[in-house]
Amino acid sequence: MTASPSLVDLRGITKTFLGVAANDDIDFDVRAGEVHALLGENGAGKSTLMNVLCGLYRPDRGQIFLSGQETAFRTPRDAIAAGIGMVHQHFMLIPVQTVWENMILGQDGFGFVLSKKAICRRIGELADQYGLHVDPEVPVWQLSVGEQQRVAILRMLFSEAKVLILDEPTAVLTPQEARQLFATLRRMREEGHGVVFISHKLDEVAEISDRVTILRKGRKINTVRTSGVGPEELAEMMIGSRVVPAVNKRAAVTGETVFRAQELSVLNDKDLPALEGLSLELRRGEILGLAGVDGNGQTELCEALVGLRRLQSGRIFFNEREMTGASVRDFLGDDIRYIPADRRGTGLVPTMNLRENYVLRHYWREAFRKGPFMNWEAVAGQTGRVTERFDVVTPSLGVPVRMLSGGNLQKLMLARELDGNPRVVVAMQPTWGLDVGATAFVRERLLEAREKGAAVLLVSEDLEELLALSDRLAVIHKGRIMGLLEDPRRATEETLGLMMAGRPLTSPKEGD
Amino acid sequence: MALRVEKRFDVPRWMDWGLPLISFALALAVGALLLGLLGVSPLKAYGEMIRGSLGDGYGISETIVKAIPIALCGLAVALAFTMVVWNIGAEGQLVAGALAATAAVRFFPLESPFLMIPLMVLVAAAAGGLWAAFAGWLKARWSVNEIITTLMMNYIAILGLEYFVYGPWRDPMSLGFPLTPTFHDAARLPQLFGTRVHYGLFLALLVAFLLRTALRWSRWGYEIRVIGQNPRAAAYAGMATSHHIVLTLFLSGAIAGLAGMGEVAGLQGRLQPGFSVGYGFTAIIVAWLARLNPFAILVVSFFMGALLVGGDTLQVVMRLPLSSVQVLQGLILFFVLAGEFFRNYKVCLRRREDA
Repeated sequence: MTASPSLVDLRGITKTFLGVAANDDIDFDVRAGEVHALLGENGAGKSTLMNVLCGLYRPDRGQIFLSGQETAFRTPRDAIAAGIGMVHQHFMLIPVQTVWENMILGQDGFGFVLSKKAICRRIGELADQYGLHVDPEVPVWQLSVGEQQRVAILRMLFSEAKVLILDEPTAVLTPQEARQLFATLRRMREEGHGVVFISHKLDEVAEISDRVTILRKGRKINTVRTSGVGPEELAEMMIGSRVVPAVNKRAAVTGETVFRAQELSVLNDKDLPALEGLSLELRRGEILGLAGVDGNGQTELCEALVGLRRLQSGRIFFNEREMTGASVRDFLGDDIRYIPADRRGTGLVPTMNLRENYVLRHYWREAFRKGPFMNWEAVAGQTGRVTERFDVVTPSLGVPVRMLSGGNLQKLMLARELDGNPRVVVAMQPTWGLDVGATAFVRERLLEAREKGAAVLLVSEDLEELLALSDRLAVIHKGRIMGLLEDPRRATEETLGLMMAGRPLTSPKEGD
Repeated sequence: MALRVEKRFDVPRWMDWGLPLISFALALAVGALLLGLLGVSPLKAYGEMIRGSLGDGYGISETIVKAIPIALCGLAVALAFTMVVWNIGAEGQLVAGALAATAAVRFFPLESPFLMIPLMVLVAAAAGGLWAAFAGWLKARWSVNEIITTLMMNYIAILGLEYFVYGPWRDPMSLGFPLTPTFHDAARLPQLFGTRVHYGLFLALLVAFLLRTALRWSRWGYEIRVIGQNPRAAAYAGMATSHHIVLTLFLSGAIAGLAGMGEVAGLQGRLQPGFSVGYGFTAIIVAWLARLNPFAILVVSFFMGALLVGGDTLQVVMRLPLSSVQVLQGLILFFVLAGEFFRNYKVCLRRREDA
């Protein structure tokens, strides 16, 4: 492909939120007739950069050039007028209005009397041209998610956008719909549009894009021709090859299997399959690491394992006792603990104080009640004891936990979940967003639980962490286990990268 | 210069009571403008309202009479609101309670007040409770929006009331007026010190105390607070959210049902249409002004009662329509809700250059 001129060119974009650089000096350009993928993990700064491009955010520093001319977008309207359109993950359509009514939303130049016929004719032309067929007379709420996405894309084409930004467009699609979308994207490329394809899915990026820009922790790692790199290289750039730091870890004294999941199949929140016949076993006194690109079924797996998500099929055993179909409360007792990734959303009640949050998972216990009443004194005593042991820094036990820092929030949750003598711990992203000190602390506590004989499932996107802590390491891709490494220290980034990109481990399992 | 809005991370303590007060004052100020437009001196009008409602013993007693159903309904909706279930149907639940109490008098007229009154309390609470629990069941079972169902069921209850008083329960001696016969003495709640203040007052105080205790100290209260503030965390803790929606709406409706019983047994001594002048709706404002605190609801109800009694005075002395008082109430709610914005956000000025 000959290098065509840039439609837009972002230079040195920096955007800071509350002192954290979401984008740090990023260059990014889109050329006519290309699909440019923007790849990165959650929180790498992809959305921030695109929100700058489509006029939602104003950068702290940096310039935007449109066909060589420097411009500044004050509002999304400016960006749309300049031919830049974004299809957000939530499509921003009006559900009660029809497809053709949605087309003209927020657009000028139609006069007071609308010519529905002309609008529908134009929709028909665009639909033929790009393979985006949809009935213009139907109200949007009657359409499937895939069709709604087509409407959102049509709307951008209708407003004559030259640059189309698609934010994780396949996340809501079935595989068939995704193939259709890719066909549309190829048409757009042929027609000379510039398409930005935001994703963290390696295989899709490899399939559809001409160039790919990789972001990591707010910085640009590289921009490369897609044809010149393999998925494993992309995975490495996205996650980073890191030096494994020394963690003071004793040799595993693993014992018998205590927790067993057989052939689990579950759906995600959009009723699409998230796990397809996944099996795993946790042994006494081990940390089983689970690596994988975010969104490959990790959340659904954790929720299924602790009874928070209904199984379509499969069985779960704890110490040979069948737990399939049991309630959350049967699962999450003294023996089985769960540290959800979403601390503020699931694990804690931000508006409540430390006592009320500490007792959330065992408020019904004899120790914390007096008849129908809560024994808040006993709760306060326990909360004081564990928060001290887990080094939670707080002005008092009576402040709402939303006032605590991220590290202290996580310590509070660990204090609740790791206190006592857990047999099984399901920990999801336990060090996500924490500073170095808090991260080390959390890791030590997980190792401590392991040494006391707990079976720990550690789900993380941080390979460094997984390699440092895990006794065994599994890789998940699209709801399936791609392979299980009995000795993670011998794993190479390449092998892991391949598995994370969806290639199953072929060599026979060692050990066992 | 430009205005900039920022999310507030910690709310100053004074705002808990300061914001409602400021909202109230601003509502009165705007109300003054409206009164001015009606050609009335706002100072004189407000003066008359205060004199009529708080100026003497009679005024105060009448204010308390109005405050009783408002407080009970306010407590009722506050309970549901604590769980972030929007019970807009206290008015209908109040009517259901009054209907059930009247039915008890009609079909089981017991001689002893020590049996009759408890029976009326029981059936009124059950009727109001079931009326609300039905909406709760629809929500728990099929996620039907409770705002719509509780609101619509108000009208069913009110029309049901009219059916009975115009139809089967009409007093044959009423010369055609839509009234039931007066209750026998055992079915009347005693009144205090020769005023119209009835024992419903103690009911309201008792419910406020119980609610405060339950919400703060009981396991059940803890559960509904968690469900209200973070339903995902509630699921994580294994709380039975659906079950709580039905039960809490039942209790909420039961409290509103008690208010209805108080009105017919304590005040009117019979059932008649329009016996509630929208207490169940006023209650929503009250619960919000009181930030769902049961004791604060008692205080705010007293002021709302004063506003209603003062409004009556306005009608009589200054010949103003009842709707002018309702406009005042609406203004208060409007300003209180607007005040919420300032709890969550702060607005600051900044120069264009830093933008």
